[in-house]
Amino acid sequence: MPKREDLKKILIIGSGPIVIGQACEFDYSGAQACKALREEGYEVVLLNSNPATIMTDPEFAEATYIEPITAEVVEKIIEKERPDALLPTLGGQTGLNVAVEVADLGILDKYNVEMIGATQSVIKKAEDRELFKDAMTKIGQETPQSGFARTIEEAWEIAREIGSYPLIIRPSFTLGGAGGGIAYNMTEFDQMARKGIEYSPIDEILIEESVIGWKEFELEVMRDKKDNVVIICSIENFDPMGVHTGDSITVAPAQTLSDKEYQLMRNAAIDIIREIGVETGGSNIQFAVNPKDGRMVIVEMNPRVSRSSALASKATGFPIAKIAAKLAVGYTLDEVPNDITRKTPACFEPTIDYCVTKIPRWAFEKFPDADPVLTTQMKSVGEVMAIGRTFKESLQKALRSLEIGRFGLGADRPDPSWSTDEIRSKLIIPNCDRIFAIRIAMKNGMTCEEICSLTKIDPWFIYHIKDIVDFEDYLIENKDVIKNDFLKDDIVRRAKRMGFSDVQMAYILGITEKEFRKQRIDAGITATFHLVDTCAGEFEAYTPYYYSSYETINETKPTDRKKIMILGGGPNRIGQGIEFDYCCVHAAFALKEDGYETIMVNSNPETVSTDYDTSDKLYFEPLTIENVLNIYHQEKCSGAIVQFGGQTPLNLAEKLEQEGVTIIGTSTDSIDIAEDRERFQQLVKKLKLLQPPNGIARSAEEAKSIAQSIGYPVLVRPSYVLGGRAMEIVYDETSLDNYMKFAVEASPEKPILIDKFLQEAIEVDVDAVSDGKDVVVGAIMEHIEEAGIHSGDSACVIPPFSLSNDIIKKTRQATIAFAKELKVKGLINIQYAIKDDSLFVLEVNPRASRTIPFVSKTIGIPLAKIAARVMAGKTLKEIGFLESIQPEYFSVKEAILPFARFPGVDILLGPEMRSTGEVMGISHDYGVAFAKTQMGSNHKLPLSGKVFISVKNKDKRTIAFIAKKLADFGFHIVATEGTAKVLRNNGLEVEQLFKIQEGRPNILDLMINREIALIINTPSGKTTRTDERKIRSTAVSHNIMCITTISGAHAVINGIESILKKGLTVTPIQEYHLLNTNK
Amino acid sequence: MNKAILVLEDGTVFWGKGYSDNEETMGEIVFNTGMTGYQEVLTDPSYKGQIVTMTYPLIGNYGVTKADEESKSPMVEGFIVRELCEHPSNFRSEEPLLDYLKRNKIMIVSEMDTRAITLHIREGGAMRGILSTSCFDVETLLAKVKQYPSMAGRDIVRDVSCSVTSTWHEEKSISEEYQKYEPFVTCNDKKDFKVVAFDCGVKKHMLRLLDMMGCDVHVIPAATSLEDIKALNPDGIFLSNGPGDPEPVSYVIKTVRELSEQYPMFGICLGHQLLGLARGAKTYKMKFGHRGINHPVKDLATGEVEITTQNHGFAIDIDSLEANNLELTHLNLNDQTVEGFKHKTLPIFAVQYHPESSAGPHDSRYLFKRFIEQMRVFKQERK
Repeated sequence: MPKREDLKKILIIGSGPIVIGQACEFDYSGAQACKALREEGYEVVLLNSNPATIMTDPEFAEATYIEPITAEVVEKIIEKERPDALLPTLGGQTGLNVAVEVADLGILDKYNVEMIGATQSVIKKAEDRELFKDAMTKIGQETPQSGFARTIEEAWEIAREIGSYPLIIRPSFTLGGAGGGIAYNMTEFDQMARKGIEYSPIDEILIEESVIGWKEFELEVMRDKKDNVVIICSIENFDPMGVHTGDSITVAPAQTLSDKEYQLMRNAAIDIIREIGVETGGSNIQFAVNPKDGRMVIVEMNPRVSRSSALASKATGFPIAKIAAKLAVGYTLDEVPNDITRKTPACFEPTIDYCVTKIPRWAFEKFPDADPVLTTQMKSVGEVMAIGRTFKESLQKALRSLEIGRFGLGADRPDPSWSTDEIRSKLIIPNCDRIFAIRIAMKNGMTCEEICSLTKIDPWFIYHIKDIVDFEDYLIENKDVIKNDFLKDDIVRRAKRMGFSDVQMAYILGITEKEFRKQRIDAGITATFHLVDTCAGEFEAYTPYYYSSYETINETKPTDRKKIMILGGGPNRIGQGIEFDYCCVHAAFALKEDGYETIMVNSNPETVSTDYDTSDKLYFEPLTIENVLNIYHQEKCSGAIVQFGGQTPLNLAEKLEQEGVTIIGTSTDSIDIAEDRERFQQLVKKLKLLQPPNGIARSAEEAKSIAQSIGYPVLVRPSYVLGGRAMEIVYDETSLDNYMKFAVEASPEKPILIDKFLQEAIEVDVDAVSDGKDVVVGAIMEHIEEAGIHSGDSACVIPPFSLSNDIIKKTRQATIAFAKELKVKGLINIQYAIKDDSLFVLEVNPRASRTIPFVSKTIGIPLAKIAARVMAGKTLKEIGFLESIQPEYFSVKEAILPFARFPGVDILLGPEMRSTGEVMGISHDYGVAFAKTQMGSNHKLPLSGKVFISVKNKDKRTIAFIAKKLADFGFHIVATEGTAKVLRNNGLEVEQLFKIQEGRPNILDLMINREIALIINTPSGKTTRTDERKIRSTAVSHNIMCITTISGAHAVINGIESILKKGLTVTPIQEYHLLNTNK
Repeated sequence: MNKAILVLEDGTVFWGKGYSDNEETMGEIVFNTGMTGYQEVLTDPSYKGQIVTMTYPLIGNYGVTKADEESKSPMVEGFIVRELCEHPSNFRSEEPLLDYLKRNKIMIVSEMDTRAITLHIREGGAMRGILSTSCFDVETLLAKVKQYPSMAGRDIVRDVSCSVTSTWHEEKSISEEYQKYEPFVTCNDKKDFKVVAFDCGVKKHMLRLLDMMGCDVHVIPAATSLEDIKALNPDGIFLSNGPGDPEPVSYVIKTVRELSEQYPMFGICLGHQLLGLARGAKTYKMKFGHRGINHPVKDLATGEVEITTQNHGFAIDIDSLEANNLELTHLNLNDQTVEGFKHKTLPIFAVQYHPESSAGPHDSRYLFKRFIEQMRVFKQERK
């Protein structure tokens, strides 16, 4: 069937900000869909609130709306754009939910918009657990015994019916299993059931028989209009049922199913996609299999592309999202060619001749109070994927891709001395260290059988790990043999084939990595590169997508073209996410345009950078010295870009340069000046600029004396970190002692940086691009929260809304001076604090920053692209970018925090970054722009209702003004004694509440009863009172907007005022950008 | 570690790990791209005369079980894998793959670069090879392998066909298990149709499916005479898969030519080629054939695509169908080769791929139903 000619314009909804459970995989799928539809001549209208995505680049759609993803906004866009169709299946759960919402509201019918891919009823049938269960029963598929409850009483009834614990609680329609869990006893059940009902947008939970410990599998299925169904990929989970698949180590393809069982699963998947009725596109179906008898139950189905489909696409080379988009407009699978083989159609089932391992990346170090146990609710913030010819090779490659300081399963550092009890508990209770605990258990003599029985992990995996551990022991025994004869018995080659890294080998042999590498290369043991070709070598492949191994042939064919390598950012984590991938992708696009061959190296399967058509060649490899050098030498690159992928490639830069890699752009020496405190201080002095008083401590004692001399409060942090890791504001010596004792280890190699903390200063971020001669400021961003909150966690606005022209001018001049002095060739980001009209420089980063995509989307200039071209040798003059853009509209960026995922964690913002993503709001009115960011971060901007105010003494004067405004808007004010008194004195009517420990009803009761619309609560210092903490965490769990800074409160009332007066309008960024060019 | 060597007829050498000393075997080297189903591959008689290399690197993961055997024992001449799993994990597993192969005296080597072998065959075509753990002298091995007969022109059906006629039956436990594994098949306990099945190296699952669907299956040696077959008074003739080149199997072609005028007939794989030859079509040897479980085939009548299991090195010439009153019914979407035909007037049809697909997807079970339907019509008309 050819493509549909009756459709002209298609609306695609993205997934919004990066949150746990919904990361950049939906940028990957959405960007693919946009490209695929435009290739076919359709007009694409896009809605996504996340500016850090590639899909929101203005050239990916005819009209790009960076607006909150709400039904209201979708209606406005539909009204304005009049699309013929809405494609809801490529933007994750967010896109799907809002699509269903607008359909339910009758908006699609009203404007005659057709839902393509999956209709409203199909989505409901798949997502509503009750309907899904009925559908499964109808086609004879088993689901775990279960029941639905909308009240706690109903929940108890079902629990009694099922009759045994543990019980699984799954709230309906939540993302990544939010609000769910495993209840092992009645008390837990009561708590979890209540919480689950609350989390579910439809107040409903599913209570399910436990299949914990069963094997877990996933199939990625595709279907077309002609009812052709194919399985793209099977995935087997290393961690058995009970751990969310997003938190599980997974492998592709499935390993432990015989063909008979696999076909049964395949048949079921085909029956399911047909019964649910997903007309076209991809779906993900999860199965649990009892290892004892093979009994198979259906766990769930996602009628859309998912995290797993992104993984499956990268694992097989089959672009699921792209094909799904083509199927949605009427093509059939046999009409779409397989890009990789070119000669064969997409209607087939990929077969692979390697093993893929995915490992999640967690960020528990950022949330010390969070429960680190892995359950049915996803907690990881990112993931890595590795490809190897065997599971052992891919597992070890994946472990070193994680960038957690590991270079394989073991033999890379002294082993921890865990007690037997510790080991057992690490095996029994799923946690992020379990894979390493398995090795330690083996080292301590625990048998594979015992480990299997404690972990419930399939013996297949455990025996493979045993092979690695045994070989490690064998290597240790044969240490001297290898030293005498490097080629003896092929030991080294066998180790490399098992995935042992140069670092591990060097550690075992007691030599340096560099020494080992030299011996290895001299001995002719070099990496080979192989194609990801969807067909296990049966057909010639044209897509340059490679992985390394140690086999006998090399499949890369280096060309004569000039090549530039771009090092990606590795796994998403807090502080290093999609923004850096965005920059890498732009570098690839720009250098391609300039005629270079681009070589991308990355290990993150969720990203656009690891799409095989982003760069000329893609190497899906760990970002380690060894792997990068292998590729660099194989391809004979002329240079590498390390400044775009965040801290990951920067950390490699120095060593790479020592190994002969040409780092293009700003020199590593300049990077060092910016990072090295002493050298930086000299630079600041030379430029006659100010810096907060500071010092470097190499011991706890030194720290104390520095703090004393510059005066408290001070900002303390380890050097060379990203995302403010372990950064804290310390108000007195006791806290400093604690910090030095528990948070960090100060040593001569790892000094601690101590800065005077500028209280109540305004923080400013500047992004600029420089070619060494000319410097153009991209934008000056004023933070809404005062200094002291990590820039990644604070909202900011372009252009500055409260700064004087003089300060703006000073900021601009200082930025240009730094860029010139550091001879920056590429991007530079500088953070300043403004206090009492003085400009202090806090930090200079001569590299891509987190705000580059936000700035680029705001001003309509792709800064990363320009920077990449500059790095490769072009001047800004040649490119034609010499003038800063001064937008006449406001663009606000707001951070998205994952607190709802970590119950009990205090939501107070601080110098350590904890946000996972961001949203952008754009408008001619500052208040509206800010309001949009609040709506985009899933807060309903309250326009009426009760506001609870509780502020520290210092803020009591300012709060009166804010409260008065709120009262004028019609809000009803509630407060506890102290604040109430101040407000009353200012002539306001206030309802006084008990403090939490004073009596009932208190604020918590009101919050739980959903009587509170807004909370303004500024904390009283570092040692937060428990009351405040309880208020804030209740606010998070009940999704009540909670403002913790006065500046934030100002912004919110601004937003409320604007929305009340002017209402919400939507405009594509292309229109805003036109304003700049037409000037 | 025991060394093992593979020498191809063009002199290419690969090294790997062997499991017994003094082993040696020869055959045509072919690759199979299935990620599951190694036991079905090993026991498929169509692989007689061939050394099979699996492109999926991890083999043996779920062990072996009697129920998954496609014939009474492994049929391959040798087996090459990248990594052999010695600790299988599956509730159905009865023994590890290595033990099974040793017991059946089938040579296996591992740690060989199977992707390199695959790419070599893809470029150079299927070729003869010798595997050895006893001799590592390339010249000696090369001389030996050149003596080994080529596939083309050789009748291997003789080596794998049964010697006497029998009726299909199997252990109850296994047939019961298959009720679970065949959800798309409607079982019929009454034996309504008498099928004579030529055993040219038949896979058990073809017979099992016919049996499950209500056929009384008489399995006959490939060389059975026309008279003997007629004496069985069949309702339909089934032509099985089998190894090698169809042309030298002239005795079957001759019998089939006669039978095809008189009975409904269904051919699979080699059976497809034999029926084609019997009806005047031509066959040729492919460069490296199709072996795997993911080949897309289009049913030209419905436009739907089936994902199929394949195992063949010869094919029917697409241009030889029309002149012989044969209609192309199925087409391979990867390389546009013939995947099935039917006679324009007679109730005979055949497919090149394996609709019984063991191992492989169950997309094509409908062909067995079609055969049964034709027998039903035939029976009624005969009355």
